[in-house]
Amino acid sequence: MRALNLFAVIITGIILIYGTQDMPDWADPRSPASTHVSPRYIEKTLEETATPNAVTSVLADYRGYDTLGETTVIFAAGISCILILRARRQER
Amino acid sequence: MTRVTDDIIIRTVARVLIPFIQLYALYVIMHGHHSPGGGFQGGVIFGASFILYLLTHGLEEAKARMSEMKAGLFSSFGLLIYSGIGLLCLIMGSNYLDYGRLSTILRVIPAQARSLGILGVEIGVGIAVMAVMFSIFFDIATGGEPPGGEESFGDRDG
Repeated sequence: MRALNLFAVIITGIILIYGTQDMPDWADPRSPASTHVSPRYIEKTLEETATPNAVTSVLADYRGYDTLGETTVIFAAGISCILILRARRQER
Repeated sequence: MTRVTDDIIIRTVARVLIPFIQLYALYVIMHGHHSPGGGFQGGVIFGASFILYLLTHGLEEAKARMSEMKAGLFSSFGLLIYSGIGLLCLIMGSNYLDYGRLSTILRVIPAQARSLGILGVEIGVGIAVMAVMFSIFFDIATGGEPPGGEESFGDRDG
């Protein structure tokens, strides 16, 4: 069974390494991620949001909905800690 | 873990450091527009200052500064600021979280209104993250038990 697991891991690893052959190079300006919306954000961020840090303007303005979800996830983590750990109070 | 320490060095160093940690946290939140940082990072630093206070001064003194009730309220309040700004944009007649329309009530140009909207949202995120960090640490440190009870972790002699 362990030999089979090792075999599955090695095969998966070979497939993943083969898949990286098609990945764009580091900092390739013509990679799909750099040609879609990134240039527009970089060019217009100062003009549209008056924020020099493009990361902040994408995080909180262009992708503000996403960040709202992230904050909700953190809030949910706190609430679940309260629900799981403080539920023991009532049992006593 | 949350035992009150008698060590004067630890207590003094914590007392001196905590205001600077909190000031730095506020700087990270407010300076998210110009440098790496923002609500999440600043909120975690702010929460760490309260956790340091809890570790050095014990549960009872920490509860006087930041109780579990307050932490719960603050975490909801932070999220409410975020979604409230989004709702305000909706009421003003634009899309949800589209801060450009807030320029009419803030009396600035739309680009500046977006900058201020980002700042407001970051403050909301910072408050929520700070309170959640403290709340999770508080719950795990006490194991969910109310402090001060017979099984209190707060005042057990070392």
